Amino acid sequence: MSKFTYVVTDEVGIHGRPAGVLVKKSAEFKSNITISCKGKSADAKRIMGVMSLGAKKGDTVEVTIEGEDEAAAAKALEEFFKENF
Amino acid sequence: MLKFSGKSVLPGVAIGKMYIFKKQEYTLVKEKVADAEAEITRFHDACEKGKAQLDKLYEKTLADVGEEHAAIFEVHKMMMEDLDYLEAIEAMIREESCNAEYAVTTTGDTFADTFASMDDDYFKARSADVLDISRRIVRVLAGIKEAGIDSDEPVIIVADDLTPSETVQMDKSKILAFVTRYGSQNSHTAILARSMNLPSLINTNIELLDEFDGKIAVVDSFHDTLIVNPDENTMRIAEADLKRWKDDLAALDELIGQENVTRDGRKVNVYANIGNVEDLPKVLKNDAGGIGLFRSEFVYLGSKDYPTEDEQFEAYRQVVEGMGGKKVIIRTLDIGADKQADYFHLDHEENPAMGLRAIRICLERMEVFKTQLRAIYRASAFGKCSIMFPMIISVWEIKKIKEIVEVVKKELTAEGHAIGEVELGIMIETPAAVMMSDELAKEVEFFSIGTNDLTQYTLAIDRQNECINRFYDSHHPAVLKMIQMTIDNGHKNGIWVGICGELASDLTLTETFMDMGIDELSVSPTYVLPLRKKIREI
Repeated sequence: MSKFTYVVTDEVGIHGRPAGVLVKKSAEFKSNITISCKGKSADAKRIMGVMSLGAKKGDTVEVTIEGEDEAAAAKALEEFFKENF
Repeated sequence: MLKFSGKSVLPGVAIGKMYIFKKQEYTLVKEKVADAEAEITRFHDACEKGKAQLDKLYEKTLADVGEEHAAIFEVHKMMMEDLDYLEAIEAMIREESCNAEYAVTTTGDTFADTFASMDDDYFKARSADVLDISRRIVRVLAGIKEAGIDSDEPVIIVADDLTPSETVQMDKSKILAFVTRYGSQNSHTAILARSMNLPSLINTNIELLDEFDGKIAVVDSFHDTLIVNPDENTMRIAEADLKRWKDDLAALDELIGQENVTRDGRKVNVYANIGNVEDLPKVLKNDAGGIGLFRSEFVYLGSKDYPTEDEQFEAYRQVVEGMGGKKVIIRTLDIGADKQADYFHLDHEENPAMGLRAIRICLERMEVFKTQLRAIYRASAFGKCSIMFPMIISVWEIKKIKEIVEVVKKELTAEGHAIGEVELGIMIETPAAVMMSDELAKEVEFFSIGTNDLTQYTLAIDRQNECINRFYDSHHPAVLKMIQMTIDNGHKNGIWVGICGELASDLTLTETFMDMGIDELSVSPTYVLPLRKKIREI
């Protein structure tokens, strides 16, 4: 299992289109990817769940990755978060 | 081959595929389904179709306005693929054996509520996205087409009847003809058909069956017929008729640049009626002497909220400037009755034709009126501009209007805006205005007779009601006497009088109007040349 935390810096947070891009990115990996924020968690491959987290600027998200390609996924996603959120 | 009959609103020929246009109304009902798995398959098929629509919207928006605006459709598509959403709907169909429409709507509402209850506006707004995709799926399930025309080639639109808000969303270059089951010569569809020169039929005895969608058909409004799946022979005749009709239209082009003058030397102005900035090229192409009626409703009906002064100014300026010094008569807002815009929040009325409409709205909602007047006066600096006010019944109304106009002019001048000389006139479309025309003529610079409403109010016949068509007589002597009275009272007071209603393009009345002393006839752009031809033959 791999894990990382990230503090959202994007003004509008993880919603709409950026959430869509995250879901697409997550779908590239076989591992189960879970995002938690403010006591709620969601499957990173499901856009409605990701958006319903309501992750905004200043919120801390925890990303948990579990599966055969977890190392690669964790690395790619951590970079992705820094770039996009 | 199937033959149907209707009533022609504009004689001509069209050959093309039929497009069955159904109303977008859907009433949700919960129903039991026998086979839940089959219902789930139906739901999946609808999602696929919905996603295909979103792909098209994405491509169209990308090409029209760019990636930034198109992205939302990509997000919608992903939402439609979201497993939480799909699984919740499937579970509901399975557990309750309910119809997919019900499951989609209910699940969509639940998801939307989740977003709506979030404390951030950005996330709250996602609630509308969920509702939007759910509605899209339900529309597909219920067989309701999207607004507008979903076709790559021009088609024959077949519908019950069409409202202004439906046609406003249609790409006009995709329409070959209208065929409607209801409607009358004065219904919105008929007027639009004439203004676009589309051979069209109303009161057609055709059912809106899905199997007709995409079938080849011939609209022959010379003979009031619609032929579906024409055989070879019929097709050959139709093609020849189509060519002859187009040739006749081309022959009219020779009248461009000629005067509107009778053989005994009487002249009349022939102007055009328009309802949109996009109509301007047709006005110029058909050599109209001016614009006798610029309906300003499009700025309101094509908008989700009150159009701003700048938006309106831009539209009016384009037309006023585009006419290059020829007169443009802008009619102020004429909504209410059969033309509505949601954001006006007009209360439901038992009798909208006699309710809060046109100038009555303007005098009740001063800010809306002033915004429009400001926009028109600003546009008047760019050419020759006149304003006319609809639905006048009393002298005090025009006095009040003139007070407001003075305030607007003062304000604009003080703000440093240039304004031109603007002629003020009124529509004569109520029997009251006709009876008061001697007094009203002393207050304004011209009259324009709106024969559609004048006829409806004089004969007490609802022009949208096809059941009483046989009682409706557009040549009724009462109406013709009213026109004569208006012209006489106008001339007595030294002002000019025109007709901008549908009657102006009735060529069987042209000679009568000339004898009555009419000064101007304003017709759909495509009628300018046929009318000129008629005048020159008198």
